[in-house]
Amino acid sequence: MARRNERAAGIGSRAVQIGFLLGILVLWYLATNRWGVNRLLLPNPIAVWQQLLDVLKSSEYLPDLRVTLTELLVAFALSMTFGITVGFFVSRTRYSIRVFDPLFAGIYSIPIILFLPLYVLFFGLGPASKIALGATISFFPIVLSTIAGFSNVDRTLVTAAKSMGASDYQLFRYVLVPAALPVILSGLRMGFTIALLAIIGSETIASLAGLGHHIVQLAEGMDMARMFAYIAFVVVIAVLLNGIVSFLEARGRRWT
Amino acid sequence: MTTRDAAVRIKGVSHQFGEAGETQYVRALSDTSLDIARGELLCLIGPSGCGKSTLLNVIGGLMTPTSGTIEVAGKPVRGPMPQDIAFVFQENALFPWNTVLENVRLGMLFQGVPKSEHETRAQKSLEAVGLADFAHHYPGQLSGGMRQRAALARALSLKTDILLMDEPFGALDEQTRMILGEDLSVLLASTEKTIVFVTHSLGEAVFLADRVAVFSARPGTIKKIIRVDEPHPRKPEFVTSEKFAALRNELYALLHDEIRKTVAESARSRETS
Repeated sequence: MARRNERAAGIGSRAVQIGFLLGILVLWYLATNRWGVNRLLLPNPIAVWQQLLDVLKSSEYLPDLRVTLTELLVAFALSMTFGITVGFFVSRTRYSIRVFDPLFAGIYSIPIILFLPLYVLFFGLGPASKIALGATISFFPIVLSTIAGFSNVDRTLVTAAKSMGASDYQLFRYVLVPAALPVILSGLRMGFTIALLAIIGSETIASLAGLGHHIVQLAEGMDMARMFAYIAFVVVIAVLLNGIVSFLEARGRRWT
Repeated sequence: MTTRDAAVRIKGVSHQFGEAGETQYVRALSDTSLDIARGELLCLIGPSGCGKSTLLNVIGGLMTPTSGTIEVAGKPVRGPMPQDIAFVFQENALFPWNTVLENVRLGMLFQGVPKSEHETRAQKSLEAVGLADFAHHYPGQLSGGMRQRAALARALSLKTDILLMDEPFGALDEQTRMILGEDLSVLLASTEKTIVFVTHSLGEAVFLADRVAVFSARPGTIKKIIRVDEPHPRKPEFVTSEKFAALRNELYALLHDEIRKTVAESARSRETS
């Protein structure tokens, strides 16, 4: 009974969410077709839809998509490797946690995107600066969650494992890692999301290629319908990627 | 009692947390000596903070006492002795990310049991505690009582001579506790294990124990040992017998003063702090 109510509530809130999005679409349509908003500011949704179909058919997006995804994957691989490694070693002693945890949290709270000009100077206009920035920005949530995950393992579980004769390796493999995993996974999901934001964002500011770069080019060419089509395309890609990452995160913590 | 049939020898053990003068300084255990016979079930009972759990951890090698020595099977205890001693903790000592069966197997992996024996030993110990049908459940899907049964199965599968239980039923409701106590008595009657069982419950102590060691208020030491001469497995009727009532009353009288002292002490330390 409780479960059925829960499911009904779930369907209900889903319906409201879809209704909200449809409402925005309707307002958008009315704004362009009835209320006479300038097409250069806001293109007609139907024109955007046609442009989107054309973009998808033409596969002209492939080179830019490849650049952005490569930047994202390399940046994420770097921040994951360094974040988890540094986080684990920091979590080993109370002293290093006391030193580094507030330090990382402090840096994490400043908008690192401000350093983009510096990154461009160091690494150039190409993908390297996007990778470096994405990796830097996503390092912090990953390292912070890794420290939190490894330093908050239930003492009883560690004691129990030791009382049964667990070696240091076994303690790590069978107790510390599974205990820390759910927290690390949510850090990885956050890191992934903000790496994507940082990379597309920095592509729109200073770049030679990538989806963000392409969107800005279309804007500068006043090709608004196609620009909106590209934005919709990037939104879909982002939703898909976040969906995949959330799915992997849920699988990693399925016992809870 | 001769050295030969003592499973555990506790000699002049004292333990303190922190150093004198520090805020967290606590003298938990004071000059305690006791021999625990092979195959006996000894209950430790006493007021909160009297050091009974500390003594259990010291016996199991999870803590090194400030002074004094412990011998298990003739060997001095210097750390965990997984081949000789298994623990059942108060609660939540099962790995929540593993199923019941995986938890039991993991214990054997840690202890170094050959992989080929894991399956049969795990099945057997799960059957012994009545959890065979729940082998593939996660701890979070079980009731508190079932989780403690699973923890017991994990400890039994290790086939140690000594079992240390730290208020294993402390977090359970009275009725679940009673049933688990009865089942435990039946189960343990069929093994030769030496068991040390920490509890707050007078009834549980009398029902399960061959001997009950009553602790004094902090710094705790053994004030008196009461023998319960009643064959295992204990029948549920034992609880309603006059003998049970008499032993329980004797324990109550012994404990009552110590609990009063503990309450007065904690009120005093609150005033001064």
